[in-house]
Amino acid sequence: MQQLLNGIFIGSIYALFAIGFTLVFGILDRLNLAHPAVFAASAFVGIELVERGGLSLWAALPIVFVFGAVLGLLIERLAFRPLKGRADAHFAGLISSIALAGMVIALLQWRYGPDTRRFPAGSFPDTRYEVAGAQVTLVQVVILGVSLALMVGLTYMVTRSRLGRGMRAVAENPTAARVLGVNVDRITAVTFAISSALGAVAGVLFAINVNTAQLGMGSAIELKGLAVIIVGGMGSLPGALIGGLVLGLAEVFAVQYIGSSWRDVIAFGLLFVILLLRPQGLLGARKVREV
Amino acid sequence: MSDPILTVTDLRVSYGRVEAVRGVSFSAEPGSLVTLVGANGAGKSSVINAVSGMLRPAGGRITFEGCDITRTPAHKLVAQGLVQVPEGRQILATLTIEDNLRMGAWHTGGTAQQSMDAMYERFPVLAQRRALPAGALSGGEQQMLAIARALVAKPTVMLMDEPSMGLAPKIVDEVFRVIGEIRASGTTVVLVEQNARRALRAADHGYVLQNGAVVHSGPAVGLLADERIVQAYLGVETGRAGEDGRAGP
Ligand SMILES: Nc1ncnc2c1ncn2[C@@H]1O[C@H](COP(=O)(O)OP(=O)(O)OP(=O)(O)O)[C@@H](O)[C@H]1O
Ligand SMILES: [Mg+2]
Repeated sequence: MQQLLNGIFIGSIYALFAIGFTLVFGILDRLNLAHPAVFAASAFVGIELVERGGLSLWAALPIVFVFGAVLGLLIERLAFRPLKGRADAHFAGLISSIALAGMVIALLQWRYGPDTRRFPAGSFPDTRYEVAGAQVTLVQVVILGVSLALMVGLTYMVTRSRLGRGMRAVAENPTAARVLGVNVDRITAVTFAISSALGAVAGVLFAINVNTAQLGMGSAIELKGLAVIIVGGMGSLPGALIGGLVLGLAEVFAVQYIGSSWRDVIAFGLLFVILLLRPQGLLGARKVREV
Repeated sequence: MSDPILTVTDLRVSYGRVEAVRGVSFSAEPGSLVTLVGANGAGKSSVINAVSGMLRPAGGRITFEGCDITRTPAHKLVAQGLVQVPEGRQILATLTIEDNLRMGAWHTGGTAQQSMDAMYERFPVLAQRRALPAGALSGGEQQMLAIARALVAKPTVMLMDEPSMGLAPKIVDEVFRVIGEIRASGTTVVLVEQNARRALRAADHGYVLQNGAVVHSGPAVGLLADERIVQAYLGVETGRAGEDGRAGP
């Protein structure tokens, strides 16, 4: 039971990270490889807000959300928009976003140094609950609550709101969207902002969960995020949610029952098997337009 | 005669080094139906796309309701009432028919339920299937959806690029009937067609394009009556079955 809960907590963070990743892919057909850098940067910024700014963990979350959104706008402006007219815009965007991610990480190292950083002592409330014999902290409950709320909110926005309809129109056919009076550049920028805001919150939640922020945390989750969105079905929002939870659970159970050195073997092995059985991903590819 | 609602002066459009439109001028009176006809590659779509703001002209000047819109992007023009029914329909195939119609009212920020209901009344096929993905419609129905979607935007000028393309003769009749209605409701229509005779019969004024330039223009009846023009530019029907019988010499 304890393991199940731990798997769900970490899995919800993976899912939140992956859902931002897959949003840009599903709507704009671009893979934003600066997404992991947003994840890492936000963890450091979150810790700084608590440490220097004296904010509580919870007050830091909305600020990090906005910080992520701004980063997303910058990523779109710097790494994607200048290349959008090119015939090889996909590949070019991939490379330029990797470059931008490298710069963000270098800036982090310059500002925070190479060492692992933690939240100051006493940042975490010690409220604990007993759930079916397992220990759950208030912090974990909030992590799960925040990620689920953001993911549900995003899905609702994409499927029901006017903005979401515009996003789906752009996903389906950018030319048609433009003919209909959609400002495609604006939808693109907003999509990046939302995606990065979610990635940023995922970053702080991750740092809160393990009370650690490291320069390498972005690249550590990058591969997981990619695996999750491929397994979930490229561009599928619910697919990323399920994929994230599956990965989190697989990791936790692998550590518990087989050994921590087997964690990645088991987790990625499982994803590999899922892909062999369902090459189109759990929920099929590019569902973002259809949901 | 009133002032034209749309004027295009010496329009030029290039794709890289390819000059597709070399100095086209035309204008449309409010409430009239103007047609641009010409063979494949004559530059008709390039003209329409430049007017609708989908591409930037290399030169020339376009005015709409007296304002210069030469460099105004498409999303602003739709809000101003200049709306395009693009070549190849460009429906949003995986979105529902309802969402397609709703997208027509994107610029209003609202749902435009009233004008959508009006479209459902006018095109009952769409009403029956409103919850289906638009890709499930036949070609002719998709064309009706594309027209209905543009009408939801409440255009004052409607630019239509080959609305009869690839449709069966009966459906082409239907499309032209709808075009007639749109025009009768007071909306100015700029119609691009390869189906030149048919378009000229529906139009007040016609322009014949060839190699990116206007080679003939005038009242549509006059163009149709001129043997030399008919022979040189309209003589060969574009291979659309069902047209030849009606359109014979
Ligand atoms: N995106 C493009 N890139 C390069 N050349 C283009 C492009 N679009 C059109 N052209 C060229 O510009 C010229 C005019 O094309 P345009 O599409 O405007 O003609 P059209 O009259 O609409 O033809 P059709 O009846 O086939 O639709 C053609 O020679 C075409 O090859
Ligand atoms: Mg054309």
